[in-house]
Amino acid sequence: MNEIRKQFPILDQEVNGHPLVYLDSAATSQKPKQVLDVIRKYYDLDNSNVHRGVHTLGNRATDSYEGAREKIRKFINAKSTKEIIYTRGTTTSLNTVASSYGRQTVQEGDEIVISYMEHHSNLIPWQQLAKEKNAVLKYFDLEEDGTITLETVRNTITDKTKIVAVTMASNVLGTINPIKEIAEIAHEHGAVIVVDAAQAAPHMPIDVQDLNVDFLGFSGHKMCGPTGIGVLYGKEALLEEIEPIEFGGEMIDFVDLFDSTWKELPWKFEGGTPNIAGAIGLGAAVDFLTEIGLENIANHEHELVEYALSEMDKIGGISIYGPRDPNKRCGLITFNLEGVHPHDLATVLDMNGIAIRAGHHCAQPLMKWLQCTATARASFYMYNTKEDIDRLVEGLRGAKEYFNDVF
Amino acid sequence: MSFNNLDQLYRSVIMDHYKKPRNKGSLDESSLTIDMNNPTCGDRIHLTLKLNNGIVEDAKFDGEGCSISMSSASMMTETIKGKHIDDALKYADVFSKMMLGEEIDEDTIDELGDVAALQGVSKFPARIKCATLAWKAMEKGVKNESK
Repeated sequence: MNEIRKQFPILDQEVNGHPLVYLDSAATSQKPKQVLDVIRKYYDLDNSNVHRGVHTLGNRATDSYEGAREKIRKFINAKSTKEIIYTRGTTTSLNTVASSYGRQTVQEGDEIVISYMEHHSNLIPWQQLAKEKNAVLKYFDLEEDGTITLETVRNTITDKTKIVAVTMASNVLGTINPIKEIAEIAHEHGAVIVVDAAQAAPHMPIDVQDLNVDFLGFSGHKMCGPTGIGVLYGKEALLEEIEPIEFGGEMIDFVDLFDSTWKELPWKFEGGTPNIAGAIGLGAAVDFLTEIGLENIANHEHELVEYALSEMDKIGGISIYGPRDPNKRCGLITFNLEGVHPHDLATVLDMNGIAIRAGHHCAQPLMKWLQCTATARASFYMYNTKEDIDRLVEGLRGAKEYFNDVF
Repeated sequence: MSFNNLDQLYRSVIMDHYKKPRNKGSLDESSLTIDMNNPTCGDRIHLTLKLNNGIVEDAKFDGEGCSISMSSASMMTETIKGKHIDDALKYADVFSKMMLGEEIDEDTIDELGDVAALQGVSKFPARIKCATLAWKAMEKGVKNESK
């Protein structure tokens, strides 16, 4: 993995006089040279609008843009590129499902089921839809270790449930949810399942056909791609049924004075000039991840988490949230250090070149469930090493001493 | 590990207010109440003020947050208690300037009391919002009241 680290030029710098240790990849990942070069090359040589130019540059841009879609299709094993819609990111993907499919299908008295561990972007769209439709919003309860049991899933989903929206990997607890099993139970009751894969797509293999999910969203910037590009996967039959929510150029078939028709999938959901460079960059990121292998990335992070958990335990005064079993979690650790507020901790670590996240992680209902207002989070990716974790642990020890003994 | 830079931020007087907050709690229901939070980090403050003829007769705060936000709230209540609301607002203005790293004259610094210890926060841009939360809450409450 040391060779891989060299491909991330940003990691090779000093921050506040110390070599940078970047442990905030769950917020956004760093970008390898390979991806940056592809974006640069697109602007240097091919930049043009897609799907309308008769000229050569227009063709090149369109080929790269659509070529990236095929790479993404393969990456999550979708049946067809018709099922791969470019969006701005996971938030837009999930909101699109709520305001198109959700609005078209959910009626008064229907149920929408989500979980306590949802990021605000997979919570508020459903909460607002439920309010608008007078539907019932239900939550999967969490076990003490921050997991959801299939028994809970079976007891919560009913024949009135129309939509089940759940994260594949929690951005706070690190919990990996049994999506395939939840999908099966949802389908038994005639509901569709919508999956937030923002924390999963960068870190573990996803096969949408095997999982048999109906909709799934993820973001480019958390998986070595640029910001402002993401994906909404939807089963073709469902996407055919639903109306677009954005109208304009690129997405129309015929426009008359009083009515219009839409382009076929996936373009009917891609109104306006899209984020062409972003899509091509995401395609390059998919190439990069595929070359390394998602299994290898998952294994590497698993090792780091296991090591970090045991090293952090030795410090004393650290509370760790989410499952203790490293097999049940993805590559992040949310924690608190007794006597030191997470913001203070993040500042102390930053002064030592270590970047972590502090706050509520866009999951206020989950924070309530955890009975804390803020936590610290260290998140790992393929470019992190055991030395990074040693630096983190040293920083935590230093912070503990600084706040508890100096003052 | 290095902590030299941190000493500009974390001074003993700040940690003292954090660990032993002054004016912690809530005044009775007849008092002016302001709730404010910092949505990006989750810090929140519940400020209650008792105003009489333009004087801040009493002030208490409750809330959750880091050492900077909570010590700032503690210091703020100490500074404005017994002062005219015009002075309280003036101090809020001075505090904003202090957070922008502007020079504050010696006399004003003296009037601010312990608050002056927060000057170092201006060098930590990510933490300025922590320090200003309590002051913003006070400003909002007092301005609404004097309308």
